Amino acid sequence: MQTAIAAKPRPKIDNVSRGFWDNARAGKLSIQACRACGHSHFPGSPVCPKCLSEDQVWAEVSGKGKLLSWVRFHRAYWDSFRDDLPYIVCLVGLDEGPLLVSNLVGVEPEQITIGAAVEVVFEKVDDELTLPKFRICD
Amino acid sequence: MNSFHALKDRIAIVGVGNTPYGNFPEIDDYGLGARAFRNAVEDCGIEKDKIDGLLVCRVPQYARMGEILGLNPRWTIQMPPHGRMSGMAIIEAAAALEAGLCDYAALIYANIGRSRRVNYGGEESPGVWDPWGFTSPGAAHAMMFQRHSALYGTTTRQLAEVSVAFRHHACLNPAAVMKQPITIDDHEAARPITEPLRLLDYCLINDGAVCIIMTTKERARDLKKKPVMISGIGAREAYTTSSIGNFDLNFWYDEMRDVASQAYGMAGVGPSDVDALMCYDNFSPTVLFSLEGLGFCKQGESGSFVEGGTLKLGGKLPTNTDGGHLSNSYMQGWALNIEAVRQIRGECEARQVKNAQVVQYCGATPCSRSIIYTPG
Ligand SMILES: [Zn+2]
Repeated sequence: MQTAIAAKPRPKIDNVSRGFWDNARAGKLSIQACRACGHSHFPGSPVCPKCLSEDQVWAEVSGKGKLLSWVRFHRAYWDSFRDDLPYIVCLVGLDEGPLLVSNLVGVEPEQITIGAAVEVVFEKVDDELTLPKFRICD
Repeated sequence: MNSFHALKDRIAIVGVGNTPYGNFPEIDDYGLGARAFRNAVEDCGIEKDKIDGLLVCRVPQYARMGEILGLNPRWTIQMPPHGRMSGMAIIEAAAALEAGLCDYAALIYANIGRSRRVNYGGEESPGVWDPWGFTSPGAAHAMMFQRHSALYGTTTRQLAEVSVAFRHHACLNPAAVMKQPITIDDHEAARPITEPLRLLDYCLINDGAVCIIMTTKERARDLKKKPVMISGIGAREAYTTSSIGNFDLNFWYDEMRDVASQAYGMAGVGPSDVDALMCYDNFSPTVLFSLEGLGFCKQGESGSFVEGGTLKLGGKLPTNTDGGHLSNSYMQGWALNIEAVRQIRGECEARQVKNAQVVQYCGATPCSRSIIYTPG
């Protein structure tokens, strides 16, 4: 089981994205925020898309948002997802603005309503990687 | 009026050519591109060596293509192998011809995705979201359709109308890959891939090539066939959520409204003048989004608009009369543009739209485009 999980695609961790993954490992969800103009966004980028400043930080957010849409995969485009089929991928609009694609956990398809309030949960993959996922609130 | 509106009816499509579509492991993309080029040259009767502009798309390397075809043009562009490039390519070539950067442009697209088992997702093109298993372009369309359903009540039976109409056209097109008629119930019973989308919402993957030869209005008169004019063009990108891939939270509605206003304004026509629509259909939901954005119906009403065979030949808006990407061939928009030309020329036989005078190409994608074709 451990090897199957390890074979899944891993995030590309570089100087821009490292802060996000360090925070996730510490149980914090963060988005990139520009210290020059206040604009926030995800995924991270080398300069602020609004004002082009490089003075950016990974700022912790509430982890709360709204479910904007979701899809259930019945086909594994990576072999390592085959055991998970069918699995649910969701699109979350964070209360702070940016959109995140993630997984919706602990819910059956018939219980899902677009617009539902969701909150982040953290799923530890191994010592290096923790994936932020979401569950429906209440 | 936008200054590019001066391009109205200045540039013509004079030659079109394609290969058969299918599974051809014995030939490579250059070989397919060369066959399509030869057919397009034959179609317009041009002396091959007069061609001094070369645009290639999904062909690995422009210089090798030129070597193979014996061309040493004075204008070359290589476009990336993305589905959204056909409209962009034709517009770029039109601008180059008008500017005099070349006199005759050959645009060549080739795809060997079927025989080489290209997957369009997973390990071949990992993205930001792959760690969460969001791994394929179809999933983004599934996400949009799910949201469209929640906001407007659009059903999968309405979505099925798109696939059913295009398959009907493919059955009338001798060149099309898919020849079995399908029903709405067949669509509903098909294998789910990225639910709510099913197999019949997905484009084909096949080998083939398309070539388009373009020139100015004046030069077009000396060639074999009656030219087909580019009467309107429109363009707008949406890069803000491009890391999610083929996705827009508002279905590219604002972008397509902009594209429509540019293209219709330039051509001096509106949606009610369009005799046939060639609509980029990598996945069926994008057809619904395109219809709304272009103004064939209001936003949210595309589901009821397509009910009852609206998109079929003989319906209110015959769309993708060659069968589209869903049932003719996955030529990433290129085959749709040559179908537009053939409809205007009246060459479409069993699938001909009577007296087609205004035929529109559109693609609602992160690079939305539309081109309006009329007889020269
Ligand atoms: Zn900034």
